[in-house]
Amino acid sequence: MSTAANNDFPTSAKVVVIGAGVVGNGVVGHLAELGWRDIVQIDKGPLPNPGGSTGHASNFIFPVDHNREMAALNLDSQRQYTEMGVNTECGGIEIARTEERMEELRRRMVSAKNWGIPARLVTPAEIKEMVPFINEEILHGGFYSPTVSVVDSLRAGTIFRERAQALGALQTFANVEVEDLIVEDGRNGAKRIVAVVTDRGRIDAEYVVICVGVWAPKLAAMAGTYIPLTPAVHQMIDVGPIPVLEETGKELGFPIIRDMDTFCYERQSAGSMEVGSYAHRPIFMKAEEIPSIKDSRLSPTELPITMDDFDPQLEQALELMPDILGTAEIKYAINGLLSLTPDAFPLIGPMPDVENLWSCCAVWIKEAPGAARMLAEWMTHGQPEIDPHHSDITRFYEYARNDSHVRARCAEHFQKTYGIVHPREQWASERGVRTAPYHDRTEALGAVYFLAGGMERPHWYESNAGLVEKFGVEGREHEWDARWWSPIINAEHLAMKDSVGMVDLAPFVVFEFDGPGTKDFLQSMTVNSVDVAVGKSIYTPLLDVNGGFRSDLTMLRIAENTYRVMTGAFDGPRDKYWFTSHLPADGSVHFQDLTSSYAVIGLWGPNARNVMQKLTESDVSHQGFPYGTTQEVLFGSIPVRLFRISYVGELGWEIYVQTEHARAVWDKVAAAGQEYGIVPVGAGVYGTTGRLEKGYRLMGSELDGEYTVVEAGLARPKVKSADFIGKAAYLEHREEDPAAILCTLTVEDHMSARDGIKRYMVGDETITTPDGERIVDRKGRVSVVTTAGSGPSYGKFLLLSYLPPALAVEGTDLCVYYMDELYPVKVAVVGSTPIFDPTDARMKS
Amino acid sequence: MPRILVCVKRVPAPGARITLTADHTAIDVKNLGFTTSPHEECAVEEAIRLVELHGGSATVLTLGPAEAEEQLRYAVSVGVTTAVHVTHPSLVGESDWDPQATAAALAEVIAGIEAADGPFDLILFGNESADAGGFQVGVRVARKLGRPIVNGIKSITLGETAVTAQRESTSGFEVYNLPLPAVLGVKEGLNLPRYPTLPGRLKSKKAPVATSTVEPVAGGLVTENFDNAAELVVQTTMLGTGEAAAPAIVDLIERLGLL
Amino acid sequence: MSEILALFEHDRGEAAETSYQSLGFARALLAAGVGTSITAVVIGAEADGLAADLAAYGANSVVRVHHRDLTDYAPEAWGEAVAELIAARAPAAVVATGTDRGNEVLAYASAIADVAFAANVTEIRSAAEAHLELTRVRWGGSLLEQSKLIASVFVLSGTAHVFDGDPTPEAVGATAALETYDAVLSETAARTRVTDRVTLSSGITLTTAAVVVSGGRGVGSADGFAPLVDLAGLLGGAVGCSRVVTNNGWRPHSDQVGQTGKRIAPELYIACGISGAIQHWVGMMASKHVLAINTDGEANMVGKAEYAVIGDLHKILPAVSAEIRRRRS
Repeated sequence: MSTAANNDFPTSAKVVVIGAGVVGNGVVGHLAELGWRDIVQIDKGPLPNPGGSTGHASNFIFPVDHNREMAALNLDSQRQYTEMGVNTECGGIEIARTEERMEELRRRMVSAKNWGIPARLVTPAEIKEMVPFINEEILHGGFYSPTVSVVDSLRAGTIFRERAQALGALQTFANVEVEDLIVEDGRNGAKRIVAVVTDRGRIDAEYVVICVGVWAPKLAAMAGTYIPLTPAVHQMIDVGPIPVLEETGKELGFPIIRDMDTFCYERQSAGSMEVGSYAHRPIFMKAEEIPSIKDSRLSPTELPITMDDFDPQLEQALELMPDILGTAEIKYAINGLLSLTPDAFPLIGPMPDVENLWSCCAVWIKEAPGAARMLAEWMTHGQPEIDPHHSDITRFYEYARNDSHVRARCAEHFQKTYGIVHPREQWASERGVRTAPYHDRTEALGAVYFLAGGMERPHWYESNAGLVEKFGVEGREHEWDARWWSPIINAEHLAMKDSVGMVDLAPFVVFEFDGPGTKDFLQSMTVNSVDVAVGKSIYTPLLDVNGGFRSDLTMLRIAENTYRVMTGAFDGPRDKYWFTSHLPADGSVHFQDLTSSYAVIGLWGPNARNVMQKLTESDVSHQGFPYGTTQEVLFGSIPVRLFRISYVGELGWEIYVQTEHARAVWDKVAAAGQEYGIVPVGAGVYGTTGRLEKGYRLMGSELDGEYTVVEAGLARPKVKSADFIGKAAYLEHREEDPAAILCTLTVEDHMSARDGIKRYMVGDETITTPDGERIVDRKGRVSVVTTAGSGPSYGKFLLLSYLPPALAVEGTDLCVYYMDELYPVKVAVVGSTPIFDPTDARMKS
Repeated sequence: MPRILVCVKRVPAPGARITLTADHTAIDVKNLGFTTSPHEECAVEEAIRLVELHGGSATVLTLGPAEAEEQLRYAVSVGVTTAVHVTHPSLVGESDWDPQATAAALAEVIAGIEAADGPFDLILFGNESADAGGFQVGVRVARKLGRPIVNGIKSITLGETAVTAQRESTSGFEVYNLPLPAVLGVKEGLNLPRYPTLPGRLKSKKAPVATSTVEPVAGGLVTENFDNAAELVVQTTMLGTGEAAAPAIVDLIERLGLL
Repeated sequence: MSEILALFEHDRGEAAETSYQSLGFARALLAAGVGTSITAVVIGAEADGLAADLAAYGANSVVRVHHRDLTDYAPEAWGEAVAELIAARAPAAVVATGTDRGNEVLAYASAIADVAFAANVTEIRSAAEAHLELTRVRWGGSLLEQSKLIASVFVLSGTAHVFDGDPTPEAVGATAALETYDAVLSETAARTRVTDRVTLSSGITLTTAAVVVSGGRGVGSADGFAPLVDLAGLLGGAVGCSRVVTNNGWRPHSDQVGQTGKRIAPELYIACGISGAIQHWVGMMASKHVLAINTDGEANMVGKAEYAVIGDLHKILPAVSAEIRRRRS
């Protein structure tokens, strides 16, 4: 018996898991297996189907995903479902009605190869052979994935619960409504969860996990926090009976069809066909508006269909399968509710502002068991096996933690569910929400903005278009390769290295720590010692308990007990949570987020010192202002902090200026640079070309939870004596032979045999042996391009990738697998030595 | 070849509990879908089947708000030939006319259609609407048109000059023979209604819907507000779990004197 | 003096339990201040024999309505007859029990008399001249409607099983004046009449069985009903089902219990794998005892039932049948 209807309702628990959909069930199952006891699970609905999104899910898994984390969650989930005996492989075909889609399917071949998922491209005739009732005449081809499967998510949930019950770890209570979540003051201004109040009584709890999918915002609000998701409609109809399907005698006798260009799928369900759509207008609800079980005809998440929205898909489905869909009847049709998030990734991990309150939400069937395992490991060990970088619920800036932002972004990406999304693609909504103080200046220069942490950051400047000819920069012939890119980037790179450039770095995240415990606290967080002289800087990785990268950042010791910490815009909120959640409870360290107080302007190039000397009377000579140091100086009457550092390999400074002075400083720098032909330089140089030529590693690209400091080539000769998070693992990593080494590779020939034009990689491609075999290191990790981009000064197109030691040898010939074709590449540099200016003479003199 | 008319009503499709607006004057339909009253779904199905069998035409008619066009198009999507929508500015949302006003309006519109296109051989109503349950609109319309009507019909056989209809009784069925033209009030169970096909749904989108407007006559039944029926609270006695409970179940049957 | 006409329903001279409830309803109306006496209306000479008993149920007088076309049930003729009585006697109210026939006859009568008709009334809240405040049921009983009836004569049916169908203590020993009314009826009145009957071969029907073994979604398939059929057979009962079952084609619609199926009131209703949606509940809520068998201890039906067993019906029902056979042998 899976319910405990007649037991006494508990008044306390170690952990209360709210929700008994596939996610909540997975969480209780995994927590129990990891040793947790005294788990109480509640749901407001009955079992085994409490009426959430699990109950109406289509339950299929297409394991291939371009994103590594999502693919890993899919594969882990498929493995878990298989082990529970509820995974049925049926195969699936993503079909292309256009040539543009075929190109996307070629890109999917690369992702399939990356994650080792069987797949092949198939012709319309081959599709017809597998799915005889399809109209192949409208098809260009397809992407066949034989391990696509359908799972029984309700059964899986029951098995998870039974496992936890068998361990004596779990009591489950159905039909229990949560009325309130009680918080008290926690550490350092945060709140802490202490109890769950239900219609059957209060449960005091040390931990609470919210696994309630579409209801999450409602529950989060009870605890005074926010879970950024919106319930959204996904329409589905069931059409039948269809004799050719009935004759199979199976739940699935044919591969599932994803009609990518119409944003629909056709999935057999015994004798009928389910047609689902992501093509309709975005239809959102508020969590509070979802009807109760008693008020629902079918279930709270199976709402009456708004058929007008579905009609265009009926026509497209009929066109695709005219023979079987022409006579069958629409037996069941719903507006099914599922969860959408602003960036389409799940919401897993600790709530940033309520201690011991965890979220495992916005998780779909295909990734649910994996997400549950991730959450349980995270709660148990402090770090899950699969790097949760994209799913981490602490990733959102404050400006993004509200319904308005969530809805705007979800409306935009809903129709990209089956869309072709370029890796560099920018959001169209919620633009101009965060801008630099001198935004009007960059705008006047024709800046093309990309978002960095939600802030508008110039990626290149159209005002520099004339430089393309001056420096003879080549364009890219294929539209895909040239999308969200400009040859101006390379021209800006060369112009900066020729004389001087200024870079808008306003999105930088700036923290300040002070107080008597600061040095010791930071020592406990960082790999490299922070015990440096005042005025000096520290570059250091931050590790998780397993020795994987949690972050890498730069610190300035600006006073004995004061450090300023700068981190990238993309990881600011995660880093903030990481620091603040570890602050000592004794109040000896005071933390401030100064991000909004400062703008940052980079000034780099061989003439940077000449420009700087015009701006300040302070000594900015190499002796007066050595590399890696910081000073406060005056630009006229305006105080600025200079930090002599470079991410682009050139002489120069980062200029930290209070926001109210930032516009004036921008103008001063531009004016001072005029005589040296100063150019504004965008993040295309800062983040890619300049960085690549210096071999600098980027968190989230080269650096993640799965590679070590040693493998990334960032290990220093000595280890500091102070203890720090991940030290034990780090020491082990230093002792063992690295399983992979981060290398810089050069593309030797760009010519596509198929297209007859040059092609340029965008990142995430497979590195292969010359005969096209993917490369797997002894820890099972695959060599994938972590960053791809031009090296304008070096003169070749560069790739970064981890390679096993046997192949990490300079001069080794390999290939890169891009759009289903192989291109020759060569290992140019092993380790962190820059490919351009290897002695760093340009920036350190 | 028979001309058949079906009169339908748009009603909400509620869940396990009917939720009322705060002032109790209406059902809260914010999360509800709408459907054709179930008895009338069977009437539509029967009309289509009769036309499939005998030829002729099936027309669907409703008196209701603009949104009731959805129910007319649904009827077209499953095979009805023609749709007629009777509207009035006072018919908004869930507002409903009294049975006398409804019947007068329907009779007037039907008489108008018949004057133009010829009489209907058979007019089908649902036995009663799912929501209001007035049990009278069909009878009132039949009387105004001077035609016979029998309610509660679960089987229809259409002849040249008469229709044979069966109505369920406690011991079986009563058989009625009505001369044509006739009216029948049917009940769910008459047939199992079909669902629309994809082409049917698409065709119904483009089908023309004739509209007309009728002024309401005064009626004597005025709805004021609603209340949920009291839910009884029962103390459930658990007899056990699984097959081990079999003896306890048989004990119960024995105690009730039913063994 | 104004009277309440109470239609006394019968089938070829046979009264049913609900027939007497129209008199109970009439008494409630009287108590609410409508009219001053009750006149029972018995239509057709074949029911003359029923008239004498009705005094015990509160009838002050009984009108026996005669006409050559008033043999067996004929809705149009019955309706015309009642309409003639309205015209001839100007009663304060005309009532019937809200059965198929009761509602049908009153619909006819009110249509002919061109007055309003309120079906399935549960309560008279207040009465005034030509104005009645009443409560009636909608949605097959799941919703109560408060409405007012404005009419020169109140035509009302009382919801079946709501009003008293027993003899009333105040009328012990009373006798009713017997009258005969010879109806006129139109020439077409006889066109709607029972011309034949089809009797089901089985003696036990869903509506009359003392035990109903009923299945819902949890039964899973048409074949899954085998143990239900077996148990029903053993107990001399009938098999019922919920709407989802008929929609799936597992059982014929004639087995369906609920708002759009049958309303039943057996001694014991065994609900197997039925979640208990209100549409189903209104069809079986008059059962004397309810036993729910469900895998889900939290199902609606389990909470509403007098008795419950948690578990798989496919295991439990065969065990129950086996136990019955064991005890009988």
